[in-house]
Amino acid sequence: MKAVACLAVALSAAVSLSVAAQQAERPRINPADLPGRQVFAAQCAPCHGAGRGDDGSHSLPGTEALARKYAGALPGELERRSDLPAPLLRLFVRRGAGAMPAFRPSELTDAEIVAIADYLAATAQRSR
Amino acid sequence: MPVLPPDLDEAGFVAFLDELRAAVGADWVWSSQDDLFPYRDSFSPVWNTGEERHASAAVAPADVAQVQAVVRAARRHRVPLHPISTGKNFGYGGPSPNVHGSAVLDLKRLNRVIEVNEARHYALVEPGVSYFDLYRHIEERGLKVMIDCPDPGWGSPLGNALDRGVGYTMPFFRDHIGAACGMEVVLPDGEVMRTGMGALPGSPSWQEYRHGFGPDPAGLFAQGNFGVVTKMGLRLMPLPDHYRTGLITVPRRRDLIPLVEQVNYLSDSGFIGEVRFASPLAALMGNADFAALATRMGGPSDAEMDAAASAAGLHSWAIDLQFYGSEATTLANWNYAKERILAAIPGAVAMAGDHFPLPATPQQLDNVTQPYNSAIRRKGALGVPSLGIWEIVRDNGHVGFFPVLPRSGEAIFEAQRVLGDASREFPLPPFFSAITAPLYWQSFSFQMVFAPTVRHNDPAHNAMVHRAMKKMVAVAAEHGWGDYRASPIYQDDVADTYSFNGHALRRFCETLKDAVDPDGIIAPGRGGIWPRRFRPVRNGQ
Repeated sequence: MKAVACLAVALSAAVSLSVAAQQAERPRINPADLPGRQVFAAQCAPCHGAGRGDDGSHSLPGTEALARKYAGALPGELERRSDLPAPLLRLFVRRGAGAMPAFRPSELTDAEIVAIADYLAATAQRSR
Repeated sequence: MPVLPPDLDEAGFVAFLDELRAAVGADWVWSSQDDLFPYRDSFSPVWNTGEERHASAAVAPADVAQVQAVVRAARRHRVPLHPISTGKNFGYGGPSPNVHGSAVLDLKRLNRVIEVNEARHYALVEPGVSYFDLYRHIEERGLKVMIDCPDPGWGSPLGNALDRGVGYTMPFFRDHIGAACGMEVVLPDGEVMRTGMGALPGSPSWQEYRHGFGPDPAGLFAQGNFGVVTKMGLRLMPLPDHYRTGLITVPRRRDLIPLVEQVNYLSDSGFIGEVRFASPLAALMGNADFAALATRMGGPSDAEMDAAASAAGLHSWAIDLQFYGSEATTLANWNYAKERILAAIPGAVAMAGDHFPLPATPQQLDNVTQPYNSAIRRKGALGVPSLGIWEIVRDNGHVGFFPVLPRSGEAIFEAQRVLGDASREFPLPPFFSAITAPLYWQSFSFQMVFAPTVRHNDPAHNAMVHRAMKKMVAVAAEHGWGDYRASPIYQDDVADTYSFNGHALRRFCETLKDAVDPDGIIAPGRGGIWPRRFRPVRNGQ
């Protein structure tokens, strides 16, 4: 697991730089037009969405867990995260993290992970 | 180091994979360690130990014909297949197999909601359909039926029923295998069979009369390994007009005994949905003196517990009641429940809760207007799938032991003491104490919960949890309490406890297994049933 964590950090740093460089010139995209929106809604939003959790909980479990983990350094909501390009997202999806189990390619294909990453990039850009 | 199927060399494995690719397409067969990582059980206490069971491959067919082709390939190469539906059976093994080197038969792509009938109240689904999918199908069409879902909505209604999962509504519907009606099964030789009325060609009542004629083997496929279920009918509750809740508390510890008897009557008569039992004294567990009393070896006396409750101004037990029906009938049933319980138990107090027409509004689903602390999870009570329950998952997940108990207050007191005393040697939260309330998930029995967490980076903790699980299974069985469902790594431990007359039941099932699956290719070991070929590895030997 330690190796996975190191890889995640390295990937995050490397890809974040390239993403930051691209963001300056990227045209604004309406996230609702992207195919990743539906995939995110079906596969990620039930735990990582921006809405309330169940029975009075302030937020959904994945959103709450990430908010706690990053303590304000990063948003808890994935749709506000600009640092999750497809290779890093794939790592978390295929390996899991904390209480989140890994997702199999039969339920979430590599192409769908790329679509989610594109969607998150667009929503993060819009939320700024 | 690649994992090979049992009794197969590398060349044979390559040939098997080639046949799988020919059957389902190369994109839907996986055998690299990287691709197979998500097929591990991330909730496993034997994570990264020699006891962990790894798949050699995974294959995801798209339809029944492809399932048949995969089963026939597995039979030719004698490779054990481990079928999964949506693969979300966390706490009970997730997608991981019983036998090291099995190929996981991943049925996620069989994801059609074939029919939902709102006039006759049933659904027919494939294994890859999730509760979210089925709910979405019903909502998009405005159908007036309600599903009964377990906590996380990403599970499969078909798979959950096959593992005898449970939900939260009326007794008939929350017993998910009990509410199953008609199955289609690919047998170990690749042939397709239908149970019940499905065996009669052209029958329009497959989802309405489960038994058909003659022996009905449908029950063999629940926690079993006699075939691959590719379709299942599910009975659905008509969407009620109205939902109502109410709370009743009773003052003394021994009041649990008549309280349970009243609840049994109301539930078995069809007046109430799932009841949440709780103890208001749980609020005192942060007090070290009270916690020591409630968890004392041998258990506290009734008088000591009553004195603690009285001093805190709290009642000893509470029940959350819920009613489904019309506005008038739910009110009448609530009044009837109050009348019976308040007459039977001196000092009992009743408090009316929320009530509203269905379908619920988003605000009602948020469950923030109950006038009392409620243990009922609103979405579960109304058949709305959610992942909100994941808020209770700690560390890297947990395993679960849920002994089946009789529905009596006396049995609850005995289980509190016996299981509490047995668990004290393990440095874990007090799952069992003098305030532990029964779970009423099953329609006609109680359960308790023992669900210690696992930590991928703490093998000593996981080893302790592993020992604790095995001990709890054994101690419970000494008192006649058996687990209802288990992860592959505990299925032999649990099956060993169901040993009446020299394991007559297991011997019967294994005789059947040898007859219908002579090569032992369908989920060997599942439910503690081992084909002759693999019997030497029973109990991980």
